[in-house]
Amino acid sequence: MTEISKVEIQIAEDKNKIVLQNKAKELLQNKAVDIIVGYGEGTDNTVHAVFITNPDNTSELIYDERCLQNLAVYLLKAEVRKFTKIGIIANIPVMRTILQLASENQLKEEKIVIIGITADGSLKEFSGFNELQEYIQLNNLGISEEDQEILNKLDSMTAEERWNFWTEQFSRCNKCYACRAACPLCYCNRCQVEYNQPQIITPESTTQGNFEWHFMRAMHLAGRCIECGECGRACNVKIPVHLLTFKMSQTVKNTFGITAGTDAKLGSVMSTFKPDDKENFIQ
Amino acid sequence: MSEYKPKIIAFVCTWCTYAGADLAGTSRIKYASNVRLIRAPCTGRIDFMLLIKAFTMGADGIIVSGCHPNDCHYTSGNFHARRRWIIFRDLAKFTGIDVNRVMFSWVSAAEGARWAEIVNNFTDEIKKLGPYNSFRNLSATNFIEAVV
Repeated sequence: MTEISKVEIQIAEDKNKIVLQNKAKELLQNKAVDIIVGYGEGTDNTVHAVFITNPDNTSELIYDERCLQNLAVYLLKAEVRKFTKIGIIANIPVMRTILQLASENQLKEEKIVIIGITADGSLKEFSGFNELQEYIQLNNLGISEEDQEILNKLDSMTAEERWNFWTEQFSRCNKCYACRAACPLCYCNRCQVEYNQPQIITPESTTQGNFEWHFMRAMHLAGRCIECGECGRACNVKIPVHLLTFKMSQTVKNTFGITAGTDAKLGSVMSTFKPDDKENFIQ
Repeated sequence: MSEYKPKIIAFVCTWCTYAGADLAGTSRIKYASNVRLIRAPCTGRIDFMLLIKAFTMGADGIIVSGCHPNDCHYTSGNFHARRRWIIFRDLAKFTGIDVNRVMFSWVSAAEGARWAEIVNNFTDEIKKLGPYNSFRNLSATNFIEAVV
């Protein structure tokens, strides 16, 4: 990249940042929102989530290519939920999460003000879920090419190779449950791993216990994963756990024709059925 | 060496397949004694974790069986179960579990003979495949790792 184009990008980013900050300030001053969830500058060239209630603090807000975290994870936390109107800086994965949470009756349309960020980094406002749906159906990014490549590679392996691949990966897991904490759709008050009567999964962090946990997580997110890849980024030992849920979304899409997070009235894939669901393995 | 006897666990619904297996018994139809039946209220109740648990605890094969579509005692339990199995099989394939060792079937209360046939065929298949050590080894090696 040449020096000039770098400078151009910097200027465009700065312009977008100022537009974003002004918009946030306006919303807070007009009492259109009570809190804004966004990205702020952290230490050592990192970004982290910021929660702004005072209009004077909106200069903390930033948006650039480092802002990958799925902020929708905070929408269902009690500390954020107590506000009547929540503003959220929403890139495309966050928009999809909002739609999916709405379809699972976890979010009300009137509670959320979406400050949308398009793929090129400019600001876009949404009047409601209908407009959001239309935008997502046209601009759904899907999963990245690198991830698709790994999925294809895994699909072309034999069952034994796949078993060896995943058991090797899972042997490194230390069950910190960061994948669960980072996922905006893992919102159950009591997760099945915390049950001990009956003991649904093996509690200790052994390859077998880890295998059970990751298998269960992928099954519970089938048809609900919105492909943000946050679980894989959150993993502290770099296990590609997001591939499991991506695979599940693709299966659900291919078999039932449903993509999570594209419709606020979608309903749950796994708690509905069609009498003519196709399968070829039941005798 | 004695003949290899596979351990097969069958998760069956109480209204159709369990009654079907009962009919096989009262009609004095003989079938392979390797299968152990676990009765569930409905196929919709059979959690996928039960299947994983069965493999972990040393099963060589699993049969999951319930009422035919449209015959569910609770109207739609088997339809929900069918969706879950479609997803389960795909994830099992993706993680490298041997899906030939999990058999799904519909057996009604009147199909005692069919139940016997399904169990016999599946037992033969598992005998050919041999013991399923992947899961068992997973728990065994880990136990040693955790202790040492």
